[in-house]
This record gives sequence, C-alpha cells and structure tokens, in this order.
Amino acid sequence: MSSHNAAAPYYFVPGPSKWPMLAGLTLLLTMIGASAWVNDVSWGPYLNFAGLAGIIAVLYFWFGDAIGESEKGLYSQRVDHSYRWSMAWFIFSEVMFFGAFFGALFYARSISMPWLGDIDHKFIWPDFSAQWGNIGPAGTVEEFKTMGPFPIPTINTALLLTSGVTLTISHHALRAGHRAKTAFWLAATVLLGAVFMGFQVYEYMHAYSELNLKLTSGIYGSTFFMLTGFHGFHVTMGAIMLSVVLYRVLKGHFTADNHFAFEGAAWYWHFVDVVWLGLYIVVYWL
Amino acid sequence: EQAAVKAAGSYTAATGGTGGPVPFELNLQPPATEIAAQIYDLHTWMMVVCMVIFVAVFGVMFYSIFKHRKSLGHKPATFHESTTVEIAWTVVPFLIVIGMALPATRTVVGMKDTTNADITIKATGMQWKWGYDYLKGEGEGIAFLSNLSTPRSQVGSPGVEPTEKRGENYLIEVDNEVVVPVGKKIRIVTTANDVIHAWSVPAFGVKQDAIPGFVRDTWFNAKHTGTYRGNCAELCGKEHAFMPIVVKVVSAEDYTIWVDGKKKEMAALADDPSKVWTIDELKVKGEKVYTSNCAVCHLATGKGVPNAFAALDGSPAVTGPKAEQINVLLHGKKSGKFPSEMPAWKQLSDTEIAAVITYTRNTWSNKAAENIVQPAEVVAARK
Amino acid sequence: MSTSTIDHAHDQHDHAHDHPHGLSRWLFATNHKDIGTLYLWFSFIMLLSGGVLALMIRTELFKPGLQFFQPEFFNQLTTMHGLVMVFGAIMPAFVGFANWMIPLQVGASDMAFARMNNFSFWLLPPAAILLATSFLVPGGATAAGWTLYAPLSSQMGPGMDMAIFAMHLMGASSIMGSINIIVTILNMRAPGMTLMKMPMFCWTWLITAYLLIAVMPVLAGAITMTLTDRHFGTSFFNAAGGGDPVMYQHIFWFFGHPEVYIMILPAFGIVSQILPAFARKQLFGYASMVYATASIAILSFIVWAHHMFTTGMPVTSQLFFMYATMLIAVPTGVKVFNWIATMWKGSMTFETPMLFAVGFIFVFTIGGFTGLILAVTPIDIQLQDTYYVVAHFHYVLVAGSLFALFAGFYYWSPKWTGHMYNETMGKLHFWLSLITFNITFFPMHFLGLAGMPRRYADYPAQFTDFNVVATIGAFGFGLSQVFFLFCVVLPTIRGGKKAADKPWEGAEGLEWTVPSPAPFHTFETPPTFK
Ligand code: HEA
Ligand code: HEA
Ligand code: CUA
Ligand SMILES: [Cu+2]
Repeated sequence: MSSHNAAAPYYFVPGPSKWPMLAGLTLLLTMIGASAWVNDVSWGPYLNFAGLAGIIAVLYFWFGDAIGESEKGLYSQRVDHSYRWSMAWFIFSEVMFFGAFFGALFYARSISMPWLGDIDHKFIWPDFSAQWGNIGPAGTVEEFKTMGPFPIPTINTALLLTSGVTLTISHHALRAGHRAKTAFWLAATVLLGAVFMGFQVYEYMHAYSELNLKLTSGIYGSTFFMLTGFHGFHVTMGAIMLSVVLYRVLKGHFTADNHFAFEGAAWYWHFVDVVWLGLYIVVYWL
Repeated sequence: EQAAVKAAGSYTAATGGTGGPVPFELNLQPPATEIAAQIYDLHTWMMVVCMVIFVAVFGVMFYSIFKHRKSLGHKPATFHESTTVEIAWTVVPFLIVIGMALPATRTVVGMKDTTNADITIKATGMQWKWGYDYLKGEGEGIAFLSNLSTPRSQVGSPGVEPTEKRGENYLIEVDNEVVVPVGKKIRIVTTANDVIHAWSVPAFGVKQDAIPGFVRDTWFNAKHTGTYRGNCAELCGKEHAFMPIVVKVVSAEDYTIWVDGKKKEMAALADDPSKVWTIDELKVKGEKVYTSNCAVCHLATGKGVPNAFAALDGSPAVTGPKAEQINVLLHGKKSGKFPSEMPAWKQLSDTEIAAVITYTRNTWSNKAAENIVQPAEVVAARK
Repeated sequence: MSTSTIDHAHDQHDHAHDHPHGLSRWLFATNHKDIGTLYLWFSFIMLLSGGVLALMIRTELFKPGLQFFQPEFFNQLTTMHGLVMVFGAIMPAFVGFANWMIPLQVGASDMAFARMNNFSFWLLPPAAILLATSFLVPGGATAAGWTLYAPLSSQMGPGMDMAIFAMHLMGASSIMGSINIIVTILNMRAPGMTLMKMPMFCWTWLITAYLLIAVMPVLAGAITMTLTDRHFGTSFFNAAGGGDPVMYQHIFWFFGHPEVYIMILPAFGIVSQILPAFARKQLFGYASMVYATASIAILSFIVWAHHMFTTGMPVTSQLFFMYATMLIAVPTGVKVFNWIATMWKGSMTFETPMLFAVGFIFVFTIGGFTGLILAVTPIDIQLQDTYYVVAHFHYVLVAGSLFALFAGFYYWSPKWTGHMYNETMGKLHFWLSLITFNITFFPMHFLGLAGMPRRYADYPAQFTDFNVVATIGAFGFGLSQVFFLFCVVLPTIRGGKKAADKPWEGAEGLEWTVPSPAPFHTFETPPTFK
C-alpha cells in the first residue's frame, strides 16, 4: 500500500475473534502443566508443552489476522500511532521486570551481604566473610568460581553492539526502498543474535563444567543466571521477532514509510541491547 | 535509680493493666516502659489532631449537605477554582504533617538505640515456640525453650468441643517464662530457625521480626514488676496463633534468686550423657519431650497429617535402624513429600533426643527391633 | 453522533453491524462494552467468592477456640480471601469500568486494541480457576498470606505454585489492559478534547495504568524468584546461600504499595465524576485534582517500606519512609477538600450514586487517618500485624474502593442497561452497607490497639466481645450484598423504568450524549468536543 490508506476507516476495530479466548485457554493449560511439572507430576511437562504449542499456534493465526488487516490497508495513521505507543510502554514494563532482578542483585550485594558478615551476625555465622561471589554463610553451597568479563561477555558485547548497527543500516535501507539490502542487513542482525546466544550457551556450559558455577550457587549463582538467563530469553524473543520481520520483508510487506512491525521489533532489539550493557557492567565487571 | 523503680511498683497496681489484653479495651495497653509511654502519647496526639481535622472537615461537609440542597431551593454557585485556597489547603496539611512527624522522630531514634544494655537475651523463633539464650549480663548461659502451656483440651478442634474450661490466660501462657529484672535495659536479639516470626510484647512497645539467618535487635526497660504477655506477630505457619511470649519482670533480688535456681536446674538437667538409662525411664521422659515438641505436627496419636506432616506410627524411619532416626533428629530432613521440612532438633539435649526416640520406637503400634537409644549414642552421632 | 459527518469509511464496518449473538458474542468479544460487562460480572462473582471466604474467617473467629477449621486451613482462607479480593474483585472491577466508560468518555469507537482487550479478560478466568482448584491439591491452597512472604512461601505445597502462575496471568492481564487504556486515552480522544479537558475518571485511570505497567512486572519478578527458590535451588530469599528473606519484602512492597493506590485512584475518579453531577456544579480545582493524583502516584514509589518497620531497618530508612508516607496525606487531603468545595454552595440531591460518593469520602477519610497513624513508625511498630491494620485497609478498600464501585454502578447503570435502578432499593443498599460495614470493621480498631494479632485462627479470650460484633456485622454486610444482587442488579438488567439518555440533571460528558442503553457501536466517527 501507499502511505496510509486514505480509505482506511478512522479507527479500525476488528470484529469478533476466537484467538484471544483460545490464547487464554492454552495459557491455562500451560500454567496447569507448569504447576504440575515443578511438582514432579508425570503429565506436567506434556501438558505444559501442549499448552505452549497451542499458544504459539494461536499467536500465529492472531498475528496472521493482524498482518492481513494491515496489508489490506485497514490501519489508519491513528492505528499506527496506537501500535507505537503500545510497543513503547510494553518495553517500559519489561524494563521494570529487569529492574526487579537488578534490584535484587543490588540489594543482595550492597545491603544483605554486608549485613550477614557484620559483627552482630557472628552469633549465627561465625566465620563468614562477606566478599561478593562467596558460597554463602551456611556452607551449604559448593565452592565455585565467579564469571569475569573476558573473553566471552566482551565478545558478546561487541556482537550485540554490532547487531544494533546492522539493524540500523537495514532500517535505513528500508526507508530508502532497497529491499535486498534491507533483508541482507536484517539477516545479519539475526545471525549476530544467534551467535550471541551460541556464546551464551557456551558460557553456561563453561560455568557448569569448569567453574562449578550453577543456578544453585547461592545468591551469586541465582542473580547471575536469572539475569543473564532472562536476558538470553529476550534476545531469543527479539531474534524471533526480527526473523518474522525478515520473512515479511522477503514476502514484500512494508513500505518505505509504513513498516511499524519492523520498527517495533527494532526498538525491542535495542532495548535488549541496553539491558545487556547494564548486565555487562554490573554482573561481569563490578 | 533503684528507688525510682521501687516507687513504680507492680504494673497492675501502678497502671491498671494486666500485662496482657483486657476485655473491651479501647486503647493501647497501658505502657510499662518509657518507649511504650511515648508511643501511647504519640498515638493520643495523632488521634487528637485527626479528630480535630475530621470534625472540621466533615462539619463543613455536613453543613453544606444540609444547607445547599436543591430541595431547599439552593441555586448552584459557579465558582470552580481558587488558587489561594488551594495553596492554603496544601500548605496547612503539610505543616500539620510535620507537626506529627517531628515528635515521632525522637522515639524512633530512641527505639533503635540498643547500646549499653544490662542484659542481652537472644530470642529464637521456631515453628512454633520460642527459644531463649541469655547471652550477656547476669544470668549469662541460661537457655531454655518456651512453649504454649494452654492445653489442647481447652482449644478444642473442628467439631470437637474443648473438654476443659478455658483459663484466664488462654493462649497467652507458656511453660518457661522469660524472667528479667525491673529497671534494667534488656536487649533482645531476635533470629529464627525456619521462617520469619516476630517477638512482640505490647506493654513494652516492642515488636521485632525474627528473621532466619539474620539477627535483629530491640530493647526494653520495664518500669514496673509484673507479668507481660505478647504474641508472635508474623504469620509463620499453622500454629502462628499458638506461640505466645511471656516476660516476667521481677525485682533485682528476685532475679538473682531466679538465676541461681535456673542455673541449678540446668545443671541437674544437663545430666551425665554417659549414664545408662532403662527403657521405661526413657519412655517416661520421652513422652514429655514428644508432647511439647513433636505433637504439634506429628500429633499425639503419631498419625501426622496427610500431605502435611509425616505419620510416625508405623513409619519405617521410626521402626528401622536407629542411626537413621538419630540423624534425622539432629539434622532435619527434607523428603520433598511434604511442603514443610522436618527441622533439626540439635537444641534438645542428648538425653532428650535419646528419650524421645526411644518413646516413638515403643509407642502406638511401633515395636522397633532396635528399641532403645542411649544418650551416649546421640553424643557420638553429634560428632 | 456520526450522522453529522460524512462517514466515507462506512463500508468497512458492515461486518460488525449485525451484532454477534449467543455465546460467541461473549467468548469472542471485541466490543469494549461487552468486554466491560464481562469484567464487571467476573469481578462481582469474585467479590462474592472472596466474601464467602471472609465469612468463613469471621465464623471461625466468632469465639475463641477452634470450632470449624484447622489453623492450616484458616490460613488458606485468609490468604485466598486477600488474593481473590485484590486481584479478582477490586482490580478487574475498575478495569470493567474503564472498558465501559473510557471510550464513551473520550469519544472513541472502542479500546485501542480490541482483540488484546479480550485477551486481557480471558486471562482472568484461567487465573481464577488456578486459584480455586489450588484448594483441592495436596496441602491445599497457599497459606502464606496474600503477601506471600518468603521463606514461609517455600514451605507451601503445589497450591503455592498455582497461585504464582495465577498471579503471572493476572499480571499479564493487567499490563495489557493498562497499555490498552493508556493508548486509548492518549491516542483516541475526540478532536477538541485536550488532556486537561478530559473527564477526571480518565485521568485517574491514565495514572493508574502507568502505576500498573510500572509495578506488575516487579511483582512478576518477585514471585518468579519465589518459584525458583522453591524448585530450582536459587537462594534469593535464603540466608544460607547469601540471600535475604527481607529482600522479598522490599520487592513485594515496591509493587504492593503502588498497588493499593491502583485500587483507590480510579475510585477517586468515579467520585470526582459523581459529586459535580449531583451538586450541579463543576468539579472544584480540576487542575489541582490532576496534580494531586499524579503526586500520589509518584510518592507511592518511595514509601513501600512502611510495611516493613518491624523488620529492623536502619534508623535513617525508618525515618525516610515515615516522612515520605506522611507526605501522601497532603495530596490526598487536596482531593478531599476539593470534593467538599465542589459540594459547597451547590444544589445537591441525594440519589444513590451521591449517597455512596459522600459515604465514600466520609469513611475513606477514616481509613486515611488510620493509615496516617500507622505511618508513624513507633505507632506502627506497636500496631503492625494487628487488627488495627486490618481495620485500616478495609476502611480504604471496602468503604473506599468498593463503595466507589457501587457509586459508579448506580451512576452509570442506566447507560449500561437502559433502565433505572429502583431508588428505594438503592438507598436501602447504601444504608445497610454503611451501617453493617462499620459494625464489622470499626471494632477491629479496638482489637488491634489492644494487641490482637492478625492472621490468627484463635485468640485470647479477652478479645471475644469485639470479635463477636465484627462477625455479626460481616454477615449483615454480606447479606446486604446479596440484597444488592437480587434487589438492585438483576431487576435493573431485566427491566424497570426506561432510562433517559442523560438521566442525571447535572451530569456532564460525552457518555450522556449517546442513547441509553449505549448502542453496540458508538462514536465510529469521533464527535467534536466543545
Ligand atoms: C485502597 C487501599 C489503600 C489506601 C488508599 C491506603 C492509604 C494509606 N495507607 Fe494503607 N494499607 C492498605 C491499603 C491502603 N492504604 C493495605 C491493603 C494495607 C495492608 C497490607 C497488608 O499488610 O496486608 C495497608 C497498610 C498500611 C500500612 C502498614 C501497616 C502495617 O502493616 O504495619 C501503613 C503504614 O504506614 C499504611 C499507611 C497508609 C497511608 C498513610 C495512606 C494514605 O494514602 C492515606 C491518606 C489519606 C488521608 C490522610 C485522609 C484524607 C486527608 C485529609 C482529610 C487531609 C488532612 C489530613 C492531614 C493533614 C492529617 N497503610
Ligand atoms: C480488596 C478488598 C477486600 C474486600 C472487599 C474485603 C472484604 C471483607 N474482608 Fe477482607 N481482607 C483483604 C481485602 C478485602 N477484604 C485483604 C487484602 C486481607 C489481608 C489478607 C492477608 O492477611 O493475607 C483481608 C483480611 C481480612 C481479615 C483478616 C483475616 C486474618 O487476619 O486472619 C478479615 C477478618 O475479619 C476480613 C474480613 C472481611 C469481610 C468480612 C469482608 C466483607 O466486606 C465481605 C463482604 C462480602 C460478602 C460476604 C459476599 C456476599 C455474600 C454472599 C456471596 C452470600 C453468603 C452470605 C451470607 C450467608 C451472609 N478480611
Ligand atoms: Cu511464629 Cu507467628
Ligand atoms: Cu502501603
């Protein structure tokens, strides 16, 4: 379509749709499955995966509808604005989610750890010295080594920063109407993301096998794996979004000045990037 | 100072308080410490200010409600803002709030000052009782557990009427009270073994969470002798309502007498772990230990609670090898079968552990092959 | 409305003009009014369920001793009562109001994302199912209190995990709902309706929605850590591995305190709509109302630790959180004063919406004052975890949020149903509720002052008398709500006097320019505002 379809309704309101309700239902199955799974009930994982498969299928059809509407030119400028606002505030809520874990790391390091090591606590933990990266005062955690910034996290930082650049090149190409170039740089971005994830997996393996650093390694292991893990999960989500966008670029969707799906995914990617910089500093360096 | 304390007399006579709640009480319990008195006054001050504002604000509102009615033919005015009044009613409340916060500041600082205590007592919250260790000052070394002493027969249970008449101190009485001297600064150090509890005695104005793995402290200096009753004030599981706190404040002389008595008692209790006991002696002693420590979860019948607490009657852990059971008592057990885990019972004496194990091995339908455990075996297992 | 302009895009709408009917109308709804109705019914059912749990609590507490329930079950009742009321009843009820009223008030054709709107709703029944069925699993529902403090939460059975997942769903629902509301308000207002001309209800919801997207993810983080501590061996809240149980409380209350304003700000909004309508006089101090609401929201982020004074924080933190908390009285006071100035020299009538609105101001303020008393650290240390706190928060939540919801129901139900409720029945509902509410919760102040701890299945006999009163009051209050259902809500839906488009003489706003009941589609082309 050209720029925003002049024939589009003032504000397109979709008619009845079965996807939202089915999404709720499949999430119910997912959550029942998850509850059962964490309590070692045998059917738990199956139900959980069935639910997840269901939700993915539902989302596929749901987004299919939305993309169809967009391509039919039903979305006016105003709808486009709505998408922008919503993506921005969704990313904000994600920031707050990470905030909880960053907050936990900060609190544990700067407040409770020194507390555990102070003179009053000698009652309970006579020989605990509150160095960050310790095994906890009770000695119930196995010895481990902490993870430094070299070499993998630094390489990963470079990868993600580069991916931000390639994504921007791709965006400029799209705006200039160079479809092949857009696709190329977009693919490069996804690839960089994938390599990042590869390194991340490698780092985890290294942590488990050589450093004896595990999720169960006290508060250090907890914060390390939960922060980097959730970040990795978000990289994966971002890469999937970009892949869908790439697919749509190849199918000929989007125009030079109407490609919000591209931009939304790009914002998300930059957000994931920024979170990484935070992680790189507070988890690996400090 | 000592004279002043004498003059203050017993709490009951001096304040009209009982040391615990009284029926139809409309206000805070009468204060027994300087801090509690400050809290009492702060509360009164807050009440007065709030009442005045309340009456003023709603006086205006009700005046308007009665006068500015359509049914009286009142025509609506058209004003809808006034920067002056809006600033006024932002600034005035701000000043009022400052007037409320300032006097409180002094008390906050006072409550936090736990230095220079005469006696330090550690209070350990456990599901569901308190453990006390006198850490410093006169009485140092005294340690005991404090359990609810109200019998279950007064409580009843769903569908079962209590069989015994409720006493005056229903649910606020314990077997071993904390005893402290009057007019002395007592520092209470709190911690917990399992989940968060809170050590609170209203008449002292004291409430301090007891947090597992951490220590916190608070203090009080009771002005009057008497018996003071408080409660665990942080949800800590099913028996949260059944782990009261009782503090007995006595004169300095009586305190010394108590300390001597308690020390002798402890010495007598710390019986020689190398003594060899007969099975019947152990069973008798074991039953007492069981009732005050184990029966809350495993029940007097040894049947436990399905899906919540393990049954001991017929349990292989009880009828099987005794080394295993000793180990469970000393170190606890997390089988994963039940939501809460079996805690470690290290704090019991060797004789008590031996006795309670022997008791469970020979009671209900249990007839264990290894039917007796001697204190010496527990001593050995502790190493 | 739309007749005044030429609707060149008319044909795109044809598919929706024949209403969906039957079950699929509700299951597959994309209409903000239908979704609003779904929300309202859901929350009302949750109110009744949470109320039944409350009555079970009150029954056990009628006299000392354990008469009906084992203490472990009692704790499940308390916990689930709190969770169901907060996440199931109050919050969705306000979202229901938002769905119905915001598009009508800003002159939008629907919510910005109609399908996502339905998704937000359809996450709630699954969450409710998870919570309800958690009573049936081994160990029963979670009994760690609605605050789910660690490490008690680690001792719970599978019911705890079900509650965690349920809260994840409800959190996702709230976040999506809030994004929808924010976007609708910011992007879909009718031409001419600047932000500072927007109805107060929209303003309060806009700010509430921001609170929600800021804190629901934090709650999600906290309970995710609980989950991994329970099952995957992390040590966030376990000192043995270097974590800290108190850290849970910090994260929880960073969510929890803004959460209580999430439950009151839309109530302020409703009251701010009703008072001018029945005083026949414009809202006093519109601009300062907006600033006050925003100040409350901003301050709400820096007061959370007033729930934690007894955890033993350093003295500086105690002082900081005391001062910050007390500051909130200032903007809240501004609101109360503005309301009274709105009534001042008006031409008032007292139909049921107005009764509930005035009742709200009166009783909420009592709850606000007890809040302020609790904010004073030394007093809080005395009263923390006693029934004084229970009294405080029921004053602000029941006589606050719930009464405002009732007020809003009476005010807008003519628009929803096309019928007028029966005024006598409405007034009766108000007086019954007001009186029985106070019989239930006023004595709890005395219990708390005298030292009765909360979350107690059994209590020292000295507390008996006031507990008896509270229990009797609670049944009365419960019956009043049954009365509301059968003598007000259902009759109004089924019939009654036909409602005019604008049934209230002094009411203002776009919602009164459309017919009653509001047609399925409204404002398909935006109206021009003023
Ligand atoms: C709708 C919900 C709601 C609202 C609006 C409030 C409002 C307030 N709350 Fe409340 N609160 C809860 C819900 C709410 N609260 C809940 C659910 C809990 C318990 C959670 C749990 O533990 O389970 C709780 C607990 C709670 C505590 C912790 C108690 C404890 O556990 O120890 C404290 C302590 O500071 C507190 C304070 C306040 C204050 C200062 C306000 C203020 O916002 C009130 C401001 C209003 C006024 C002051 C009245 C009007 C003002 C005037 C007329 C102006 C003039 C007045 C003066 C200048 C004085 N609340
Ligand atoms: C958010 C809103 C909300 C609402 C509306 C209510 C409503 C009520 N609550 Fe509330 N309550 C909380 C939020 C709320 N509560 C929270 C957050 C807690 C803290 C939980 C915790 O500690 O973790 C709490 C805790 C709490 C306690 C303390 C429990 C304890 O510490 O152990 C009590 C005790 O009396 C109580 C009572 C009531 C009563 C009687 C009502 C009544 O208003 C309910 C009225 C409604 C009905 C009764 C339903 C209608 C009737 C029927 C469906 C038919 C049956 C009726 C009859 C036969 C009469 N609540
Ligand atoms: Cu221990 Cu409550
Ligand atoms: Cu709060």
